[in-house]
Amino acid sequence: MEIHKLSGWEISQKIKNKELTLDKVISFFKERIKKFNPQLNSLVSLFEDVEFPSSEFSSELWGVPILIKDNICIKNREITCASKILKGFISCYDATVIEKIKKAGLVILGTTNMDEFAFGSSCENSCYGPTLNPYNKQYVSGGSSGGSAAGVSAGLSPLALGSDTGGSIRQPASFCGVVGFKPTYGRISRYGLVAFGSSLDVIGPLARDIRDIAYLLEIISGWDAKDSTSSLQEKKSFSSALEDNIKGLKIALPKEYFVAGLNKEVEESIKEAIKVFESKGAYISEINLPHTEYAVPCYYILSSSEASSNLSRFDGIRYGARKKAKDLIEVYKKTRREGFGKEAKRRIMLGTFSLSSGYYEAYYLKALKVRSLIKKEFQEVFKYYQAIITPTSPTPPFQIGERVEDPLSMYLSDVYTIPSNLSGIPSVSLPCGFTKEGLPVGLQIMANHFSEDILIKVSFSYQSVTNWHKIYPKDYD
Amino acid sequence: MIELEVVIGLEVHVQLATESKIFCSCPNLFGQPPNSLVCPVCMGLPGVLPVLNKKAVELALRAALALNCRIKEEIIFERKNYFYPDLPKNYQISQYSNPLGEEGFLTIGSKKIRIKRVHLEEDAGKLIHKEKYSLVDLNRAGVPLIEIVSYPDISSAQEAQDYLKELKLILQYIGVSTCDMEKGFLRCDANISLREKGSSILGTKTELKNMNSFNQVRQALEYEIKRQKNSILQGEKIIQETRLWDDNKKITLTMRTKEEAHDYRYFPEPDLVSFVISKQEVDKQKALIKELPSQKRKRFKENYSLNDKEIEVIISESGLSNFFEETLKYYNYPKKVCNWITGPLLEVLNNKRMSIEEIKLRAINFAELIKMVESRKITNLVAKELLGELIKYDQNPQTLAEERNLLSISEKSELLGLVREAIEENPRAVEDFLRGKDKAIMFLVGWVMRKTRGKANPHILKELIERQIKEEK
Repeated sequence: MEIHKLSGWEISQKIKNKELTLDKVISFFKERIKKFNPQLNSLVSLFEDVEFPSSEFSSELWGVPILIKDNICIKNREITCASKILKGFISCYDATVIEKIKKAGLVILGTTNMDEFAFGSSCENSCYGPTLNPYNKQYVSGGSSGGSAAGVSAGLSPLALGSDTGGSIRQPASFCGVVGFKPTYGRISRYGLVAFGSSLDVIGPLARDIRDIAYLLEIISGWDAKDSTSSLQEKKSFSSALEDNIKGLKIALPKEYFVAGLNKEVEESIKEAIKVFESKGAYISEINLPHTEYAVPCYYILSSSEASSNLSRFDGIRYGARKKAKDLIEVYKKTRREGFGKEAKRRIMLGTFSLSSGYYEAYYLKALKVRSLIKKEFQEVFKYYQAIITPTSPTPPFQIGERVEDPLSMYLSDVYTIPSNLSGIPSVSLPCGFTKEGLPVGLQIMANHFSEDILIKVSFSYQSVTNWHKIYPKDYD
Repeated sequence: MIELEVVIGLEVHVQLATESKIFCSCPNLFGQPPNSLVCPVCMGLPGVLPVLNKKAVELALRAALALNCRIKEEIIFERKNYFYPDLPKNYQISQYSNPLGEEGFLTIGSKKIRIKRVHLEEDAGKLIHKEKYSLVDLNRAGVPLIEIVSYPDISSAQEAQDYLKELKLILQYIGVSTCDMEKGFLRCDANISLREKGSSILGTKTELKNMNSFNQVRQALEYEIKRQKNSILQGEKIIQETRLWDDNKKITLTMRTKEEAHDYRYFPEPDLVSFVISKQEVDKQKALIKELPSQKRKRFKENYSLNDKEIEVIISESGLSNFFEETLKYYNYPKKVCNWITGPLLEVLNNKRMSIEEIKLRAINFAELIKMVESRKITNLVAKELLGELIKYDQNPQTLAEERNLLSISEKSELLGLVREAIEENPRAVEDFLRGKDKAIMFLVGWVMRKTRGKANPHILKELIERQIKEEK
């Protein structure tokens, strides 16, 4: 049996039906990880002593293996955010999502690689080295949740958790040919997620099958007393949205997302996908989102400002790698100089500058205003449309090293994913084709706040008539 | 020579008497073993988030109301960014652009001191400096604080001290804080400058830190006034700087100059949502402010005709004035009760290092004790002795006096034998008395008192001795 080609929920069912045993499943994936991870660098640590679920069949995903991005706290496990500054740091508590998935009986196999502190779009800014694209190892896996995306893509685990601040789940999902889901800001507790941009960060699932995504969302979402920004909104049943029915659904295509910078092959794939939705009875119209061009600069100011403050606590005083020096200031300087990578330092400087007196109004405050305009613009669209469809990324995966020295081109690879973080709305990236070179292409769907059910319905309809999500990289087939 | 006037503004930090910290559920307690009151949140571990303690908002709101502030309808927290080892996140969650209360005042004597703002924030931890290294204790990290900033309306060191005393009294009265300065529950920084009398332009100020008592605040200001005055009179410029009070040397010393001042890079705290203060909450907190010290002062003056000095002592702790009024219910002689409280009772409390809240003595029994002295059932001396017992155990003073056999001996027949003995044993004193030394009689009174362990009624005793000496002569 090709267990790695089963969806998470199928594995769980087979365990329940006694077609498979939990031990068999776990050892199968562990073997696979041991065999393939050295090629891909998807995991940064594989748990030899996995924690087995205690309660029987407590969810649709009971017994299913899952990988966790290295910026989500798991009790008694090392968490590094792929940064030297946290090397050796063991978390003394579980993030709320971890508590929930443990309770639901999922089995955490290990932690996955990422751009340091989630700063990046290629998974190259990691102290562990880059995670490679399973479809072609010359190419990046995307970022920052590249390890999670590549892991699911190569069948090292049917499920993974990532975090998305400006596209960090969706862009690598698109690059690795899997589904990546960014829920509404506030839908899932951030408690235990190491903060990057606190007003933008969201935890979300990656998988190949939208049904797995729906089940996992059901498990991890909900209000949390430990996170004041988590929403009191009643939890919807995401699995009941798994129906192939989008007849009459109004879908918008924003013109600003189909412009010069968009790769032709990507555009072709998206157009093909749109035809699928049309054939299922959805109405497609072009619309305008005129502030789109300001999203990237606005995002880099806000996210870096928050990050500069969030990363202050990594000073070597209480935990992490402290460097010895002659006085306090030198301890701070040396610890942070040697502990943080290049991109982390760039963001800290950018954010510190934007918040400095004399610049605050022109940068941070201005960006806040732009953000509310972008939010408003989406609200207008959602008065008439239920979903917006765009490419996830303007290009297919790029080559390792291609953009490392050009941060601006790297930042622009998130141009289509950033707006939903700024406005807090949910969005999903679905595999929707391959380039001639065999690199995956992703389709992004956005919906209004707390309308994850619409995204699930649209995704399910699409996956019921397409096979893109079932095409594995040939080396890991 | 130009005449200079003093301009002082005070920044006071007060720890709120909540049960738990402001952003986590760790207990808010003093004097516990280092780092025993900590959790991932107040230690600033990766991934944690703050959750606002509503009780802290309520107490801060009550304080702002008692200080006559305008209340913001929505509270917004901001991050104040700076690196220091006692600050686990290297930013402090505080309020900047939207303080909870603004534009209030408090009155000392007949002078109104305006209050610019009252805002809510978290406290930092504590550093313990050893010879070659420093230790961090985070028990205090995350304890709720309010910062109360006055306008520069204070014009002398004494006035600054009076302001602090009144502020402390108000906050104690409304149950917001015990304001115990020794424990750091109240901390004060002072901004001070001088200017030509009558000028409306502020002079260059210095900020004074590290004063650990109201007296030190006054002394530091007095020193600084002198220092600035000398500089100005010698034609030197005052440098804008932060200066530390050295209590051993009784001087202020430069800590950092303006150029070294921080840019705190305030921005809205994204981990907290804005908190709306409802009108009901404002009303509720207003209702909890029963009687402020100024109101009590006025009432006591009108109702009990006590003098200012007596009133200040009696209202200096709300516990004392409550006990005073409670006692009046059983013995309605305000002046006498006041004297008994400010005299013997406070003396006993000081000796035993107890607070009025800790004593077991009930007002009804205190009144009984005073009545017993008034009716000469016991002597003053015995009453003081009994007080020492009564504050520790709840008991009836009459019963206690009987048990201890301490009721006054007023029966002349009982005393007569002792008086005769006294005269016989102390011929020198008798002679002195006869030679006109009136004081000598007191020696004989004391002699009998000792023999009776203070129980003899001194008035009767004195009379008896005098008569007996004259008779024997």
